[in-house]
Amino acid sequence: MKTLVLVEHDNSSVKDATLSVVTAAAKLGEVHLLVAGSGCAAVADEAAKIDGVGKVHLADDAAYEHQLAENVAPLVAALMADHDALLAPATTTGKNIAPRVAALLDVMQISDILSVEGEKSFTRPIYAGNAIATVESSDPKLVITVRGTAFDKASPEGGSGTVEAVSGPGDAGLSSFVSAEIAKSERPELTSAKIIVSGGRALKDAETFEQVITPLADKLGAGIGASRAAVDAGYVPNDYQVGQTGKIVAPEVYIAIGISGAIQHLAGMKDSKTIIAINKDEDAPIFQVADIGLVADLFKAVPELTEKL
Amino acid sequence: MKILVPVKRVIDYNVKPRVKADGSGVDLANVKMSMNPFDEIAVEEAIRLKEAGKAEEIVAVSVGPAKAQETLRTALAMGADRAILVETDEEVEPLAVAKILKAIAADENPGLIMLGKQSISDDSNQTGQMLAALMERPQGTFANTVEVDGDSVVVKREIDGGLETVKLTLPAIVTTDLRLNEPRYASLPNIMKAKKKPLDTKTPADLGVDIAPRLTTTNVSEPPVRQAGEKVADVDALVAKLKAMGVA
Repeated sequence: MKTLVLVEHDNSSVKDATLSVVTAAAKLGEVHLLVAGSGCAAVADEAAKIDGVGKVHLADDAAYEHQLAENVAPLVAALMADHDALLAPATTTGKNIAPRVAALLDVMQISDILSVEGEKSFTRPIYAGNAIATVESSDPKLVITVRGTAFDKASPEGGSGTVEAVSGPGDAGLSSFVSAEIAKSERPELTSAKIIVSGGRALKDAETFEQVITPLADKLGAGIGASRAAVDAGYVPNDYQVGQTGKIVAPEVYIAIGISGAIQHLAGMKDSKTIIAINKDEDAPIFQVADIGLVADLFKAVPELTEKL
Repeated sequence: MKILVPVKRVIDYNVKPRVKADGSGVDLANVKMSMNPFDEIAVEEAIRLKEAGKAEEIVAVSVGPAKAQETLRTALAMGADRAILVETDEEVEPLAVAKILKAIAADENPGLIMLGKQSISDDSNQTGQMLAALMERPQGTFANTVEVDGDSVVVKREIDGGLETVKLTLPAIVTTDLRLNEPRYASLPNIMKAKKKPLDTKTPADLGVDIAPRLTTTNVSEPPVRQAGEKVADVDALVAKLKAMGVA
């Protein structure tokens, strides 16, 4: 089988999310990549070095700069004439583009796969991860999004793919990019952080969240996450949200502070290697999944922990 | 402008789904069902656009069993003007739902189609994007803010790195994220009034759409259960554990 992987990038470098997708694609067959962007030749060169990669298709065009789905989907659909499966990361970019491609190809997408069970058979979470479905496709081509935490990352070195320029229909004239507010941070990205310190509604307000959570995260070199309740209450921006509809994370250590552990939140972090929970309510559901629990007032315990580490 | 709002009947947000012992699916017998929460946000946003004078009519659509009428009545009670049920007892996949919605849109000519980014049942996150592709129209997915401005709509989207704003030429498809708005509760008088609002019923065959599934679910199982660990007595004990793990 010939697979095409949609490379996640920012026009200057390959994002880690791509590497897990390459691992999933390699289970199906030959791995080709698509880098669609603008001024992104360096991304293609970097992508060609990923272990196990064959051809890298490079579509370098101003129309693809912001990876608008309206412009990228027809390009991908055209390339699918020579490929059997499209795999995209289940990031907001992948989730935006892949279903549009699937519809153009008249196939049903398989979203957010956790494992490859056979040539056309995969597992995926349903009901916020409360059930795992095994599904088999009868379509002639596959369109898949891949949950990054479910697959090991392919090595970014060791590959010797060849870069080949391709062109697509360009600007569909339906949509345009206006602006982006991208948080700039020295912190590790949530989806690739080894340690995550995450705060919930108990943090009271934005200022308190910052005062309690940030020093601990700084000390541990950790990424910062939050529950939906904390994001809804405006303590932190949306891109901090961990949960079924936010980011799915699986760090080595996940420290949940003042998070009760709603099903929706657990769905986003329960694959973490070690879960540590600090909560004053000893009956909080988070303790049912935590490896280490501390029943304590977080406003006393967290500063003390930060100091003693 | 007319706004089309597709809504799905799903297991209630507060109910914990139970997997059937034979692995055939999730047990929906005698389980409370409600409107998909993301679709509720879409209905609310449509109503706010109408209240702001940006839209004249809101048409709610659902694809599902006869009982999905209840979901449509909820949309009508919130403020939708009329409803269409595309009735079928079969499980309809997102691709087929998108085809059905395309056929409805061809009759209704909406300026905006607003729906949830995903259903909390199968979590596919596909229907809006597929509908946009089939109609060859733009898509504003995971909307955090929606502003209709003349013949275009400006959508601020929740993306992994933060927020992104795109401008789409109408007609357009918008899928809603959590923070777009907080849906209202329907008042009792509005619930009563909703019973008299028009609700048409069609079938997928009426619309010429083949809903034969492309995917077969061969098994549904419980996810691996994580065991609770131990509770430590104080911060010192936690620090000792963290140090033993090599963290800090």
